[in-house]
Amino acid sequence: MRTINQFINKIREINLRYAKPKVEMSRAVKISLAVLRVYLFLLVVLMIYKFITVMNVL
Amino acid sequence: MDFFSVLYYRFKKVWKAVRLYLVIAGPGLVVMIADNDAGGITTYAATGAKYGYHLIWFLLLLIPVAYYVQEMTVRLGAVTKRGHAEAIFESFGAFWGWFSLLDLMIVDWLTLVTEFVGMTAALGIFGVPAWLTVIVVVLLMSIIVLNGRYWTWEKIALGFCLLNLIYIPAAFMVNPSLSDIAGQGLIPNLPGGLTNELFFLLMANIGTTIAPWMLFFQQSSVVDKGLQEKDIKMGKLDTFIGSIITVSIAIFIVIVTGTLLHGTPIDDAATAAKLLMKTNHYVGAFMAIGLFDAGLLGAICISLASSWAFGEIFGWAHSLNTKVKEAPWFYISFFITLATAGVVPLIPGAPLVLITLFVQVIAVTLLPAALVFLILLLNDKKTMGEYANTRLQNIVSTIIVVSIIILSTMYGVSALFPNLFQ
Repeated sequence: MRTINQFINKIREINLRYAKPKVEMSRAVKISLAVLRVYLFLLVVLMIYKFITVMNVL
Repeated sequence: MDFFSVLYYRFKKVWKAVRLYLVIAGPGLVVMIADNDAGGITTYAATGAKYGYHLIWFLLLLIPVAYYVQEMTVRLGAVTKRGHAEAIFESFGAFWGWFSLLDLMIVDWLTLVTEFVGMTAALGIFGVPAWLTVIVVVLLMSIIVLNGRYWTWEKIALGFCLLNLIYIPAAFMVNPSLSDIAGQGLIPNLPGGLTNELFFLLMANIGTTIAPWMLFFQQSSVVDKGLQEKDIKMGKLDTFIGSIITVSIAIFIVIVTGTLLHGTPIDDAATAAKLLMKTNHYVGAFMAIGLFDAGLLGAICISLASSWAFGEIFGWAHSLNTKVKEAPWFYISFFITLATAGVVPLIPGAPLVLITLFVQVIAVTLLPAALVFLILLLNDKKTMGEYANTRLQNIVSTIIVVSIIILSTMYGVSALFPNLFQ
């Protein structure tokens, strides 16, 4: 239990340490990150769709 | 100055540059040659067996692709003194950091399983049982890493890189026709037109040339070796030489299978080695030894890429220059990753085909993100200063990265939906 708590505290500490992105958020950076989010979202949707169709076949 | 004095002066200058290169060489050579891992050997063997020498020109195109992507990690590592995972966390925040780290962990572990599959299959040809291969490999790799010095580890890894050159004598032993290689291989052509099968193989060749773990590995390796900004020039040369060697090895594999197995369907490199043994025992044996070495080299680098990345983020000591007592979590994570991946091929009925499929698909989720972050980081003038990307570097790297993203996405999606592009 103590180890789990230590691990959770460590994750919190990391999240806090890197809470604010240091790269200058220019328009190019913002657009790139937005496109990346959409790309990854679509990919995850495709994977979930594939998973559901495979499960249905089984 | 007379002629001999000039000659002597020039010789001393060149020798000094060579010695400097030998000191700095390592990260680029190791990452590039390790890129020819077990999966890579299978891809090249299948390319040669299916299309003969016809796709050699395409492999040559991958030299600048591999170089331009990887040299950016050299500059980033030498300037920031941070690994790739830490650079992403710090520059883009915790969300993208965790995404990259967890994705890296999954894709590295799955790729590591495929390396063990390759190694057990390769030594299986010589009658070595799979369990023995796994135990010996885990022990051997632990000993290599536990020596407590980055330099020693690097020199041993370079030794395994040398063994990867075994495909060169193998290619000469099959007596290929040089005129056929030049005539068929060096002139760009698409044998039989751009069919789905050809397209899939081309994408597989790109996928095996640029892998997400390579970005993380080389940057961490540059940092662990302690390369400085003044070493960037030699670090880039190291990467360039590495990219030439890795593609050359790929071409020699294509020549071997293209000469002896042209027209034979190949599912994996171990099958290719067995078939080659029927025609030329030594060439088949060389193929099997090379496959084992490729798996071993891949495993060495991939497991380290994960441990370095975790160490950077969790704040553990994470250098090969540290002893086990000083960096216990670094070595524990290395060993756990290695041992758990090694056990999988020993499980009867383990879903190895599914794992191979997952490697392709999950790598596709990480690679575009890692490449986009790489370009954005190299454009952060505040951090990179004079080593930031120039306009020309941005044009070249953006074209390469966008092409890789499109092709690797199609590769990943076609792995999920095999009938989509038919």
